Amino acid sequence: MSDPSRHAAPLFSWRRVYAMVLRHVYLMRGSWTRIAEAIYWPLINVVVWGFISQFMAGHSDWVARASGVFLGAIMLWDVMFRGNLGVALSFLEEMWSRNLGHLSVSPLRPLELVTSMLCMSLIRLLVGMGPVALLTIPLYHYSIFSLGLPLLAFFINLLVTGWSVGLAVSAMVLRYGLGAESLAWVLIFALAPLCGIYYPISVLPEWLQNIAWYLPPSHVFEGMRSVMFGQGFPLNELLTAIALNVIGLTAAILLFLRVYHVARVKGLFLGMGE
Amino acid sequence: MIPPAIEVTHLVKRYGDVVAVNDISFTVARGTTVALLGGNGAGKTTTLSMLLGILLPSSGQIRVLGENMLTHRHRVLPKVNFSSPYVDLPHRLTVRENLTVYAHLYAVPHPKKRIALLAEMFDLAPLLSRPAGSLSAGQKTRVALAKALLNEPELLMLDEPTASLDPDTADWVRGMFQDFQRRTGATLLLASHNMTEVERLCDDVLVMKNGTIVDKGSPRALLARYDRPTLEDVFLDIARDRRGKGGAIP
Repeated sequence: MSDPSRHAAPLFSWRRVYAMVLRHVYLMRGSWTRIAEAIYWPLINVVVWGFISQFMAGHSDWVARASGVFLGAIMLWDVMFRGNLGVALSFLEEMWSRNLGHLSVSPLRPLELVTSMLCMSLIRLLVGMGPVALLTIPLYHYSIFSLGLPLLAFFINLLVTGWSVGLAVSAMVLRYGLGAESLAWVLIFALAPLCGIYYPISVLPEWLQNIAWYLPPSHVFEGMRSVMFGQGFPLNELLTAIALNVIGLTAAILLFLRVYHVARVKGLFLGMGE
Repeated sequence: MIPPAIEVTHLVKRYGDVVAVNDISFTVARGTTVALLGGNGAGKTTTLSMLLGILLPSSGQIRVLGENMLTHRHRVLPKVNFSSPYVDLPHRLTVRENLTVYAHLYAVPHPKKRIALLAEMFDLAPLLSRPAGSLSAGQKTRVALAKALLNEPELLMLDEPTASLDPDTADWVRGMFQDFQRRTGATLLLASHNMTEVERLCDDVLVMKNGTIVDKGSPRALLARYDRPTLEDVFLDIARDRRGKGGAIP
């Protein structure tokens, strides 16, 4: 019989998280199409919005006062979108490869699976957005890094919102199968009109504003504009975004864990796949 | 006293009105090989899934290696492994990458050494750099078995382990199981349709039908009880509700 200490099962193991991250890194490393896809859309977005910004700067005082307002907005929106997609894709990869059966009988705990999905989201985001953010400097003479330290606060908040949506999507896919996979690409767009990516929240009708202020990104994009228009860093907006994100991420993790439990009750792990 | 490898008490699984497993109880002693035998829909896979903890029972108790599987599943899983030709490993990862990932998941010490050893055992060395999706059915089964032995499990559960293998490879794989068991004293539980396999490997057989265990015993005892020359005849007697020559009542 083997040494029992070898089989000790810690409540949370970073080694198992590492194993899952390694699994996705292997996948990305062996697939140039996945890396290209991660860079392609952010690049296209930045190119299009870069030209729009250049045009608008000559026709709009508002844009002229902060020429990077659209470029900054589209890049920060992509942080949220890619954050969501990074989480959902990590989960979908397990479904597509019919690997969830093996994983669910391994010592991997659901919270470790969630943590690995969040880690992978960050890695995918840096692979996709990093080169694009650098490319805007020579192309449009705009650096998102000029936002300074607030950029880090905006980045983290939008990433966490993306994670929350991605986990909710993964929960839906686990519950309803691959028929729900398109949610990974579309669900987050339901937030886009409400969170004031390209325009102030005050543009929205009052009843929509009331909803918008419950969304963390609304506070982030208002904050971004405040910094870009030289009105200082709005700490209250940041703190509100953080509080809402804590609630949102906690709810999303609990939803995923709940659906994971339901999957065990209903036997959903037995018939996973395309 | 060392508890049995598996203790199942009044296990039930319902899906709405459908009862997939209906009040089964059994014990599997450590170091033995036991088969769950039954036709399609008999409840073998459902039972196996509950034993592995990926399916929660409607009622009943499961203890695996002395631990309550419903409350302390994660204490047990590092000591257990599983293989099924119906569950894939990621196709785009190479065999080595797949085994490395699972070695870390199972906290295997010295993964490279262990993978090299298993590659030698299962003749996988030429396949290690190939994507798992490019392998033949037989090669995939060998990789899945290597994955199942990565952590030297104390309990190995196998769902139709030699399905899709040619007779020669299937025979070789059965030899590997016997060798593994002799070397480690592990317990093997397999769900199978393959009577030759069951006769060769198993100390005990649990015969399932319509979600219940309708008979159990060693292959030899079942043959004697039904007065049949092969387990296949016993299986057919039970499946077709025939009374065996020896008078056993399915």
